[in-house]
Amino acid sequence: MSGTFDQPEIVHEELDILLIGGGMACCGTAYEMMRWAEALKAETGKELKIKLVDKAAMDRSGAVAQGLSAINTYIGDKQDPADYARMVSNDLMGITRDDLTYDLGRNVDDSVHLFEEWGLPIWKTDADGVRHDGAESIKEGLPLLKDGGQPVRSGKWQIMINGESYKWIVAEAAKKALGLDRIQERVFIVHLINDKNDPSRIAGAAGFSVRENKIYIYKAKAVMLAAGGCVNLFRPRSVGEGQGRAWYPVWNAGSTYAMAAEAGAELTLMENRFVPARFKDGYGPVGAWFLLFKAQATNAYGENYMVKNKEMLNDYPPYGQAAVPASCLRNHLMLKEMKEGRGPIYMDTVTALAKLRETLTPKEVKHLEAEAWEDFLDMCIGQCGVWVGENIEPEKKMSELMPTEPYLLGSHSGCCGIWVSGPTDVGAPTTEEYEVPAHLPKGWNWGYRSMTTVNGLFTAGDGVGASGHKFSSGSHTEGRLAAKSMVKYVLDNADYVPEMEETNEQIAEAIWKPVRNFLEFKDYTTAIDVNPNYITPKMLQFRLQKIMDEYVAGVATYYNTNDKMLAVAEEKLEMLKEDSRKMRAKDLHELLRAWENYHRILTAEAHMKHIQFREESRYPGFYYRTDKNFVDEENWHCFVNSIYDKNTHKWTCFKRKHVDLVDKSKLFKAGAPH
Amino acid sequence: MPTYVRTEKCDGCKGQDKTACMYICPHNLMKLDRDGSETGHAMKAFNQEPEQCWECYSCVKICPQSAIEVRHYADVVPLGGSVQPMRGSDSIMWTIKFRNGNMKRFKFPIRTTTEGSIDPYGNKPMPKMSELTAEGVFTKDMMGGFRAGNPAELIRK
Repeated sequence: MSGTFDQPEIVHEELDILLIGGGMACCGTAYEMMRWAEALKAETGKELKIKLVDKAAMDRSGAVAQGLSAINTYIGDKQDPADYARMVSNDLMGITRDDLTYDLGRNVDDSVHLFEEWGLPIWKTDADGVRHDGAESIKEGLPLLKDGGQPVRSGKWQIMINGESYKWIVAEAAKKALGLDRIQERVFIVHLINDKNDPSRIAGAAGFSVRENKIYIYKAKAVMLAAGGCVNLFRPRSVGEGQGRAWYPVWNAGSTYAMAAEAGAELTLMENRFVPARFKDGYGPVGAWFLLFKAQATNAYGENYMVKNKEMLNDYPPYGQAAVPASCLRNHLMLKEMKEGRGPIYMDTVTALAKLRETLTPKEVKHLEAEAWEDFLDMCIGQCGVWVGENIEPEKKMSELMPTEPYLLGSHSGCCGIWVSGPTDVGAPTTEEYEVPAHLPKGWNWGYRSMTTVNGLFTAGDGVGASGHKFSSGSHTEGRLAAKSMVKYVLDNADYVPEMEETNEQIAEAIWKPVRNFLEFKDYTTAIDVNPNYITPKMLQFRLQKIMDEYVAGVATYYNTNDKMLAVAEEKLEMLKEDSRKMRAKDLHELLRAWENYHRILTAEAHMKHIQFREESRYPGFYYRTDKNFVDEENWHCFVNSIYDKNTHKWTCFKRKHVDLVDKSKLFKAGAPH
Repeated sequence: MPTYVRTEKCDGCKGQDKTACMYICPHNLMKLDRDGSETGHAMKAFNQEPEQCWECYSCVKICPQSAIEVRHYADVVPLGGSVQPMRGSDSIMWTIKFRNGNMKRFKFPIRTTTEGSIDPYGNKPMPKMSELTAEGVFTKDMMGGFRAGNPAELIRK
């Protein structure tokens, strides 16, 4: 019998390895780890105790829950991992970890080949150049990717799939690898616990069931923290029902960054954000429209702003001068049109489809139309909702584009996250030129691939900073690479017995605080939501979003901020963080929201502090510091990293030197200065 | 763009401890109103926080009674359209109705193997623990996905 809302039951479990999250990264971790666990058992008889804890259901959890219409990272047999590392670097304005991206690039296709073997339909091109969907290509006898099959490229790195069930398929493999006894769904881990005798080490984690009055406390030697990026820390463009229609999944609450920071892990590039330019309101994907259907984006008067404003790219050498300019700079050119009053911005679907029809048979035209709709139906059904409501048929009516509210993530086209140990065989630095806090490692690897600066704490996917553009396949791969070193870490620390620095009572009381606030004060007023003694998670989120939007370069200011605005935000966020201790939870569902919003606040604070520390505008088009409105290669071509002290609630920001491990000059047009 | 549950179709998954929509929703939105105290409809599910709905359609696709549909965000989208799937074992059928009454139907494959048929390690090698620190994943030598790269590209090595 589980506890009551007033007296929750406390469940303890002792593990070797705890996996937090159930998305692509943790599915990859589970798949790789369980095979090594089997090998260990076969060779030594030793059995590792492993558990995966997901706040949702693995079949549809994480960023791929809805499906995808493309796999955005597939290297193929014609490109080099170094080409991939170069592309990632340039898109993120020159500051990424080549060791991590290169390592991902050489391994990622293995996971894609597994996905196809498990049943993910992958489009193929036949010998005549005709494309076939993933089911048809099998009927046609076209080979698998593994056996030389040619994918349909919607870009240099992207391949098209019929991906409605992508996550379902990847989860099936992970769930079978783990076995149901090693999976706990609907438990939200909210807090990591350091070791009592060694605060630089992880000893476990705790959370609660969103369905029963139960608190879960896990002791573990090693922890994989892969709980996604951060959404809804800025005020979204739609603030009614439509606020759920975030571009990235609305359930990504910054838990990865916040929990890691509180445990003492070093964060990196938390100033980075992603502001995707997407179909307005539905946030449907634009990649296939640009790359597969060859559509152009224009201002309201039909001018292609990438052509019209191309001189603006020269303000940002060398990143503006690559064959494909960085994503933020493409926004920068679009924003000029919007700010000067030449909006709306449109995707010219009408011209693109008309051009394609010129050379196609009626059957091919019908196929093309289906492909265009499938692009949304596989991953962003809400965009179809906008189209049907507004009577938009893309061959007849153009659609608006719009840059969204900012998102924080490390796996898509952003690179904020946690500083991790990389591979040792690609020439990464082993020293550090800048001064960093004494307890932190100096070089880019410290023994265990994917381990954070907290011993035993690992991450993958959105958690790993300075290595964007890994997407779904790369997140799975990163989980697999981490899995091996986690097993190694546990074996190397066989005699270690975790001792938690907080007592069970302290942990339980902290987790249940929002419930206590509610129960203690609910009868003080007659209206349940208006009470001077507590704040609802929803209002706390609104307050966070207002601060971030108005002072930290949200859509309200066209992504502009400055040192003065940041100072105001800093003070307001301090008070918000204090008030988070007065959050209320009237039921378990609201307790989920309370903790999600606490994680959002810490993530937002990290974002603000990093932007404040970096005295330049590294990502024009994503944000501008109007008091330092330039890219300063001399002083700021470096990582900005930080640590958080959970006792004093203070952040410390510092620089780490950036080093290229592959030659970036190959990206740029001949003669371009850099 | 929130989901809604059709009163006449939902059977509360016949009184099991949780409904299919509760099981699957990634954001914990679907709730079974056992006694009707929250909605006036006992033993039927509802979306308890519509403004947090991502419109991922996970609940729509899994509902055994086809009782869940979507009324697209009222603060954004004109009324009258609908986008409704029927998810089978190997494909999904979409029926799309525009506000002006136009209709489209599409069918797309969703998987090429039988659901539940994945044998994760079936034809895979058993790694040796001595290889634990070697570069790459345990299927590296058999899945054809390892891209060794041109060593000359690594300029600091």
